[in-house]
Amino acid sequence: MDRVPILKIGDILLVSIQIDMEDQVALQLQEDLAERIVATGCHGVIIDISGLDIVDSFVGRTLATIASISRVLDAETVVVGMRPAVAITLVELGLSLPGIRTALNVELGMALLARDQAEEFDELVEEATAPAVDEP
Amino acid sequence: MSDGGERIEVGTDQDVVRVRQLVRTVAVSVKLSLVDQTKLVTAASELARNTLVYGGGGTVEVDRVDNGRRQGIRIVFSDRGPGIADLDLALTDGYTTGRGLGLGLSGARRLVDEFVIDTAIGQGTTITVTKWCR
Repeated sequence: MDRVPILKIGDILLVSIQIDMEDQVALQLQEDLAERIVATGCHGVIIDISGLDIVDSFVGRTLATIASISRVLDAETVVVGMRPAVAITLVELGLSLPGIRTALNVELGMALLARDQAEEFDELVEEATAPAVDEP
Repeated sequence: MSDGGERIEVGTDQDVVRVRQLVRTVAVSVKLSLVDQTKLVTAASELARNTLVYGGGGTVEVDRVDNGRRQGIRIVFSDRGPGIADLDLALTDGYTTGRGLGLGLSGARRLVDEFVIDTAIGQGTTITVTKWCR
């Protein structure tokens, strides 16, 4: 059985799906990714689907599940590189991938994750400094 | 009118991948647009998976068809499974008896031009879909 490789780049795990996946391969990816998130402590996952010429309901559901699992493990998932024909077909199929964040390509996906982390950091700093400001 | 088609026995996940590849090849050969190719391959993937998961396996036959005005593709999915008890319900978005999203049948119907289901309890299910070039 084929396996989809998972690459670690800084604080991000990058998955680029380049094969027409059997259902079992998609399920294996789900497990592998959960393990890698925990093992590496990465806070971001980018799934590049520019190599996929279709996304059916099974793959769509797998992507949604991966995003949910990642969130529970304190990582954000961004799906990038969806082809226009795939987007049109997915919506007509009835799958709008709620809860999945998307970006047009890997670069924009990385920027999105970086911005998120910066915002999160700012909020933490604000929380930590706010009480001091409020005191008379 | 149709020419001699190709037939795939569907019994494993891998066969579903083979169905997708065959449908893609034939869709390109009749010059379906890229969006229509994508829609048809997606519909075929959903229906072939249904043949496997709900029908317990079966066959998929892919034919080029010509109605005198346009070329197209016809795909027939047949299984000898339990059949579908309530077709209206099975074709409702979100309804599923399995582990899916309930979008396979209803979604596939939206992605093709013609969609015919023939099913009988205990006899199996045959679904015929056609997509025409624009």
